[in-house]
Amino acid sequence: MNHSISLTVNGARRDFVLDDPRVTLLDLLRERLHLTGTKKGCDRGQCGACTILVDGKRINSCLALAISHDGADILTIEGLARGDRLHPVQAAFIAHDGFQCGFCTPGQIMSAIGMMQEAQAGNDPERIRECMSGNLCRCGAYAGIVDAVLEAQAGADETNQRRSA
Amino acid sequence: MKQFDYVRPATVTEAVAAAAQPGAVYLAAGTNLLDLMKGNVTRPDRLVDVTHLDGLDGIERLADGSLRIGALVSNADLAHDGEFVKAYPAVAEALLSGASAQLRNAATVGGNLLQRTRCAYFYDTASRCNKRAAGSGCDARDGENRSHAVLGWSDRCIATHPSDFCVPLLALDAIVEIEGKNGRREIALDELHRLPGNTPENESALEPGDLIVAVRLPPAARGFAAHARYLKVRERASYAFAIVSAAAALRIENGKIAEARLALGGVAAKPWRARAAEDVLKGVAPSADAFQEAAWRALTDAKPSGANAYKIELARRIVVRALTLAAAGTPARIPALPASPFASTSGAIHA
Repeated sequence: MNHSISLTVNGARRDFVLDDPRVTLLDLLRERLHLTGTKKGCDRGQCGACTILVDGKRINSCLALAISHDGADILTIEGLARGDRLHPVQAAFIAHDGFQCGFCTPGQIMSAIGMMQEAQAGNDPERIRECMSGNLCRCGAYAGIVDAVLEAQAGADETNQRRSA
Repeated sequence: MKQFDYVRPATVTEAVAAAAQPGAVYLAAGTNLLDLMKGNVTRPDRLVDVTHLDGLDGIERLADGSLRIGALVSNADLAHDGEFVKAYPAVAEALLSGASAQLRNAATVGGNLLQRTRCAYFYDTASRCNKRAAGSGCDARDGENRSHAVLGWSDRCIATHPSDFCVPLLALDAIVEIEGKNGRREIALDELHRLPGNTPENESALEPGDLIVAVRLPPAARGFAAHARYLKVRERASYAFAIVSAAAALRIENGKIAEARLALGGVAAKPWRARAAEDVLKGVAPSADAFQEAAWRALTDAKPSGANAYKIELARRIVVRALTLAAAGTPARIPALPASPFASTSGAIHA
């Protein structure tokens, strides 16, 4: 039996007919939309490489059935930059060498953005490490990742202060 | 993954009818279920998706002082609810010590209660497992079993229940509201999960079609907010299941313990309430000796199920530490590493 769903992906509405209910959000993004920035690492919710934002919250897209998320608003790594202008978190990862091979990086960046929106860690490196523990980096670029998140957080705080001033 | 039918009911009544069919299971976030299905550990014929049902995602304070938590509230939303953290700090700390931020954002209250064991032999379909395939045997008995049960286990099964959330919930006498074929009923959380005995495949008191719709904390649960902690030993600082955990909650009046609550995690097929330890603490002043005595009482019946005798001593020490920290008072803010016994000495730079 076919099931129709619609999603908003990086701001654009997309309609799908699913001929198989087993399709995960991860596979839908990669195989149907060819948005291959979202990575399939473990495919079992252990590595975080598939992290995307669904309705503003970071989740593992490998453990989410597309059919169950009819109507959801999805943001992936491809939806961050504005033309040539990188998202501040992307720029911070480059500035601080927050990666080596780069495979986990889209998940790290989406997770960091989700974390900043959750506003639980602030600028405390220990809380940032804890709040980012769902993203593994086999190259061990954690020191650079934490520095990148700290800088992005500081930039976001500054922007918020300017807005409220 | 085996093919399945997907059903999205419009009402709880429709959901119960759809899930009462043989081979049907409920789908909430799916963070545990999909993992199990990908490994062919669980092979349902039908998924009944309850995530679109109305009225199951609220947190409401009832007139009598109870708190009612809808089964679809996410682990993260509950753990970050300001009122909830103040009233039930050990429950919030337990939630934040479980899984990762991504999983907590998705995983639901009801799903957390019903998550399956992480016994490696349950997950490995090439192994014998009485829980996965009734009567097939248990390869954990002679296998890698250092993390397995030390309380309530049987020759048929030595798996543990992995939930952190359930441990303080049990200490606080949580009640589970269930919608079933014959309408609404409620049971104590202590009655939800079953010990293995001769039928480890029967894990809970739920009947086919039964849907957990809410978890309720009774009015008395608020009385422990000033002295409540959850403590969890795991093999890495974050994003790991408990080897042993303990929820300790005290009501202290005039320098004496008016009432104590204690539950253990990671030690049995269900979250483990230590009532004998609670009894020995009633009416005494908080002290190292009293907490040692309570720890001994909590583990009186413990015995190794394999290469895990260390867990018994570890559990005693975690009980003492959790009671000591609870007596000292709930911290103003949940520590950076929630539930970690190392949090107070840290500030450690891991990176």
